[in-house]
Amino acid sequence: MDNAITLVNKKHINLWPAVLGGGALIILGLVLGGVINQYIQTVLMFIGINIILSASLNIVNGYMGEFSCGHGGFMLVGAYTSSILSVLFFTKSPWLGAPLLPPSSAVFLFPLVIIGGGIVAAFAGLLVAIPSFKTRDDYLAIITIAANFIFVSLVNNLEFIGGSRGFMGMKTTIYAMEDVADLPFTLIWTMVFSTLSVFLIRRLMRSTFGKGISSIRHDEISAEIMGVNTNNMKIVAFMVSSGLAGIAGGLFAHVLGFINPSSFNIMKSTECLVMVYLGGMGSLSGSVLSAVVFTFLLEVMRPLQILKWVIIPLMLILLMQFRPEGLMGNRELTDIFPKLKPYFKRRDL
Amino acid sequence: MSLLKINDMTHRFGGLTAVSNLNYELEDGKIYGLIGPNGAGKTTVFNLVSGFYNPSMGEINYNGEVINGMAPHDVASRQIGRTFQNIRLWEDMTVLENIKMSHHFKLGYNLIDVFFKTKKYQTREKEITEEAMELLEVFKLTDLAHERPSSLPYGIQRRVEIARALSLGPKLLMLDEPAAGLSTADVVELIDYIKWVHETFNITIWMIEHQMQVIMSLCDRIKVIDFGQEIADGVPEEIQNNPEVIKAYLGDGAI
Repeated sequence: MDNAITLVNKKHINLWPAVLGGGALIILGLVLGGVINQYIQTVLMFIGINIILSASLNIVNGYMGEFSCGHGGFMLVGAYTSSILSVLFFTKSPWLGAPLLPPSSAVFLFPLVIIGGGIVAAFAGLLVAIPSFKTRDDYLAIITIAANFIFVSLVNNLEFIGGSRGFMGMKTTIYAMEDVADLPFTLIWTMVFSTLSVFLIRRLMRSTFGKGISSIRHDEISAEIMGVNTNNMKIVAFMVSSGLAGIAGGLFAHVLGFINPSSFNIMKSTECLVMVYLGGMGSLSGSVLSAVVFTFLLEVMRPLQILKWVIIPLMLILLMQFRPEGLMGNRELTDIFPKLKPYFKRRDL
Repeated sequence: MSLLKINDMTHRFGGLTAVSNLNYELEDGKIYGLIGPNGAGKTTVFNLVSGFYNPSMGEINYNGEVINGMAPHDVASRQIGRTFQNIRLWEDMTVLENIKMSHHFKLGYNLIDVFFKTKKYQTREKEITEEAMELLEVFKLTDLAHERPSSLPYGIQRRVEIARALSLGPKLLMLDEPAAGLSTADVVELIDYIKWVHETFNITIWMIEHQMQVIMSLCDRIKVIDFGQEIADGVPEEIQNNPEVIKAYLGDGAI
């Protein structure tokens, strides 16, 4: 389709690759040049993880119009799966034994470990997807909360992976990677995965296939009458959403190097919800923007300690009172700044 | 040959029998009307045929295939188009996107194709857009392709909804009160429009309607039901003069 667009208008250049590639290179340069310290790197990584979380939750809560508040649960599944894989394959641990593969191979296999966590989390998403055939709205929301509790309690009671004490050892994998090449691997992979997630969601939601998901939000009966298999679309939406949450979880685990079940409880799910509603439901650029804003806010409010859990919910209340549609409504950045359109043109088919 | 054949269909909601022992036969290429007083079970019949309910008893045969018990999207994919009493277009999609959704069950690509933007995905999306644009052109709606339905007048929304139902390429088009909420002038236009659709697409049309003007000027055959039971069936003239029908509509005292 690229040819067609250049034929129509030479100004229609796709600037995405340049913007993203350039941005990534600048960040990488600043890191390697020592300008960006460890703390800022961590914040950047949390921004990336939060982008995945809010964009993926937006599939269900924004585009499909259901209310899922168990996103933390899927993150947990992904985090634990990829952590166990990572420790099992690349590190020597007291109870999983010697590494199954040479630790240096982590350089190549690390993304697979993260994707593995995503795949298992996607299947965990079926736990909510299947009830969603018959249940909707508030009732489905309760099911998603229940799912979140199930995952947290399950891991709390699985003693062999540490139970409520948590699970660690993922840093060893990262160190093994850094032994091979001195690069900020977690930062690189967080940037790669968050960019990919946003792009995949963008593609999905713009295809006729993905429009099947938004057709459910507005009128499920219409969708059925026009031949859309709504049950299938719900499975797709929930699985893609929870799978990406799992990827975010895997990255989160490797950034922190330590996870415990309570990091993924309803509080985490609430954070995801706040980001989606802050950005605007059904707006992908809103999700990205709100993930950035929200992560910064969390960091700025860090000195307030526990008080931030008074301020964040208060923000949510004020947001719902005065701007219920979120920062972006259901618009995209290019709707607000139409002049950007030629440069970030959707390649219409 | 009959396109749709309903044999002894009964449907109960708990203790209420909404449709009882209904027999129906629709032949290819004609326009049929289904009328009856409020609460007679007309929409229930439509919902049974389009798969929203599964009949308690009886059989629905469409184009040589038993369709009762199928999910609505399976019925739709067997080429039955339908509209509703209230307009159910997707308000947040453009007219074009609304039409394109009819290809959803025959996309021919999957999620992986979407993610990797494969050749197959690109060609199919292009074909779908072209087909939808062609259909819009037939309906003279090309100018409105990128409008959202909510910005269009009610009468036009009706037309778009009928166009959307026809984008499934149906052999049978079911219209549930197409004239509801239209002004007198719009109703006259709608009658011509349905006639035009019937001639252009050469399909069977089955409609529920309260406005006798619409029913009498369009239908080849009319069935009247009351309390879920058939009380009359015939050509428009027969129905107009049937005492049972007048009784059902106006009450005993009218005779």
